[in-house]
Amino acid sequence: MTTASQQTHQSSSGSLQPKGWLKYFSFSLDHKVIGLQYLVCGFIFYLIGGSLASAIRIELSSPMSDFMARDTYNQVLTLHGTIMIFLWIVPVVNGAFGNYLIPFYVGARDMAFPRLNAVAFWLIPPAGLMLITSYFITGAAESGWTAYPPLSITTPAAGQIIWILSVLLLGGSSIFGGINFIATILKLRRPGLKLMQLPMYCWAMLGTSILVVLSTPVLAGTLILLSFDIVAHTGFFNPTLGGNVIVYQHLFWFYSHPAVYIMVLPAFGLVSEILPVHCRKPLFGYSTMVYSIMAIVFLGLIVWAHHMFTSGTPPWMRLFFTIATSFIAVPTGIKFFNWVATLWGGRISLNSAVLFSCGFIANFVLGGITGVALAQVPFDIHVHDTYFVVAHFHYIVYGGSVFVIFSSIYHWYPKFTGRMLNEDLGRLHFLLTFLGFNLCFAPQHWLGLNGMPRRVAEYDPQFTFINQLSSIGALIMALSTLPFLWNVIQSAFKGAIAGDNPWEALTPEWLTTSPPPVENWTGMAPLVKEPYGYGIKEESIQIQSPDISDPENNKQ
Amino acid sequence: MLGLALVVGGLWIGQNVNLLPDSASANAPVYDELFRVLFSIGTILFLGIVGLVIYSLIRFRRRPGQSKDGLALEGNLPLEIFWTAVPAVVVLFVGLYSYDIYDRMGGMQPLAQSAVHNHQAIEAKERVWGGIGSGPIELSKQAKSSLSVEVTALQFAFLFHYPEGDIISGELHVPSGQPVSMRMESKDVIHAFWVPEFRLKQDVIPGQPTILNFTATKPGRYPIVCAELCGPYHGSMRSTVVVEAPDEYKRWFKENSKDPILEA
Ligand SMILES: [Cu+2]
Ligand SMILES: [Cu+2]
Repeated sequence: MTTASQQTHQSSSGSLQPKGWLKYFSFSLDHKVIGLQYLVCGFIFYLIGGSLASAIRIELSSPMSDFMARDTYNQVLTLHGTIMIFLWIVPVVNGAFGNYLIPFYVGARDMAFPRLNAVAFWLIPPAGLMLITSYFITGAAESGWTAYPPLSITTPAAGQIIWILSVLLLGGSSIFGGINFIATILKLRRPGLKLMQLPMYCWAMLGTSILVVLSTPVLAGTLILLSFDIVAHTGFFNPTLGGNVIVYQHLFWFYSHPAVYIMVLPAFGLVSEILPVHCRKPLFGYSTMVYSIMAIVFLGLIVWAHHMFTSGTPPWMRLFFTIATSFIAVPTGIKFFNWVATLWGGRISLNSAVLFSCGFIANFVLGGITGVALAQVPFDIHVHDTYFVVAHFHYIVYGGSVFVIFSSIYHWYPKFTGRMLNEDLGRLHFLLTFLGFNLCFAPQHWLGLNGMPRRVAEYDPQFTFINQLSSIGALIMALSTLPFLWNVIQSAFKGAIAGDNPWEALTPEWLTTSPPPVENWTGMAPLVKEPYGYGIKEESIQIQSPDISDPENNKQ
Repeated sequence: MLGLALVVGGLWIGQNVNLLPDSASANAPVYDELFRVLFSIGTILFLGIVGLVIYSLIRFRRRPGQSKDGLALEGNLPLEIFWTAVPAVVVLFVGLYSYDIYDRMGGMQPLAQSAVHNHQAIEAKERVWGGIGSGPIELSKQAKSSLSVEVTALQFAFLFHYPEGDIISGELHVPSGQPVSMRMESKDVIHAFWVPEFRLKQDVIPGQPTILNFTATKPGRYPIVCAELCGPYHGSMRSTVVVEAPDEYKRWFKENSKDPILEA
């Protein structure tokens, strides 16, 4: 946003692009501009999706359906889910940070296909606008973000078709992005840089992009068939015309389970970048982290039917998907133990970035544990489609991915803008978010176990108190965005000057100016073979090897 | 020492904190056993990992005046093997244990087979989609025939048809102790039949009948909840299952039966 230092070292190719503020509103080909476009655009959709969430929590603070009409409520929950997934988390953890960081990490001056990159971003605003305006013009889709037929075939067609079109556009954007990341990571690496020397976020994005490229086309095909059913009255999924509704669920979840990893794997990568810098320690277990990402990618593709245990799935299939799903806990567990080991013995600065990352670890561990429980068929039979599941996946995507997005903003804001964020406001933001989030979602586990299904506007009055508790949590979460918004806006103008490398980090994006020049480095791209080479090596060899549990030995 | 306290504490919480509603079917105590085991394991893991994180944040925080880096520990193979093996063993145990639970619930029995026990045996040719139930173990033990009920779900109600006696009811009446076998089908969109106190749920699907077997054990009135989004009134699509002592159930059945021959 401050652009003064950026003008100085521009090479000729960048000069065709608009300069200053204007470039953020134009078809820019600079990966950093596109990254920030993704981030700001995603955040605006987050505010919209968050307002919808607040509307849901207001409706649910009383057991009757009294705040909005019942079909409006279904439209709101459909929009909330779709916006948060396809317009906020997926574009931000992939598009925003991926575009900004990946070229730095591989030592390139831009993404492999800059034009495709810009196209991928510019598909998002119209798709999002279309989706949201459908609410005001025709009424939005009201069959949930899952759009199960025959409900999606029998609800008002206009809203559903617009929903399908915007998800197709967003899916297209995601595929373009995925292809671009794979090409950039595999083909644009600076000479001399080996794959196993890349920062972990590259591996996370490589794995994620493989998932995107393999699974998103399946969703696209499925939604196209669904739109035929709606518009042309074909019978792919329409049981009255001989269609099969369960086939839709298989195809839908073949994408939508991997979609969870499309949202959390990049977050895993970002945490792996943030923690070592602020702990002043190497990332623990680099190669096991890489293998565990690839194991998650593989397993993530063969677990989809765990969403269908009550759909009349044959016993052998239930068994297979239970086992496959449970085993994802192993590579995921490895990552968490490695992060804890990265903290262990560090010199941890307790700043906002670290707090949000550690909040992520706590939340995600809980979400992961309920996830393993949900993978067990007999357990799932009771709580499937209840508030227990709502709590579980919010612990994964909000407690996980969104906490990491905030952590990343605190970490990379100095690079984006050249200015520091206010730490006190950051800690306040963390405190409110963490308390609000847990107050909102932890009680929902109990609601689900005791009989409250999801996606309802009215419920048994015995659940009133717990729902109100949850709504208070949601209110605190809503308030927590205020210090954050104030902080990012006012620091852009008045924040302390950050300098090139305020965290004394070793990864390549910090080895240039803040914000970086158009082609990233004025001279040659640096060759960073040890992106996590922190730590006092000589001392640690002498004193450390026998007993890592006593770090006091190691004080200088 | 600390680890032992953690394990004991986790087990205690898992066994003593009750988060579940009443249990009113043969299936429910088995479910609750699984729940307590998973809850104990989950509590231990959660408190363990989060405890380590909080401990590290406090103990290894950067104190004023410290300017140097932390330790240059890049990895440790035995440790990595250890924390690959531990989750693998836990997951394996959970998987085998929940398989056992599932089997005890009758989930592994092919349902067409248990449907043969019904008076109104479903034609073998018909494609029967799975559904969890209390299963044949219960059936053979009690040597009783199961009660068959045909369930129809539609926006926004459940209808229960008792072929014996030709009763159509908006509430489900079942005798306690007798196995019930329900054949469910939807008239319009997907619904789900859920009784939290039975710990059972099965989607009700248009065009594909599903089966749900259970044995109610505790007399009382319990909610039947539709758990699959089915339209604007999804939240109010509820009914009641009335579990009655066998005599009371017989009285209800006689009062409502349209088929006098069967009464004898
Ligand atoms: Cu899944
Ligand atoms: Cu329903």
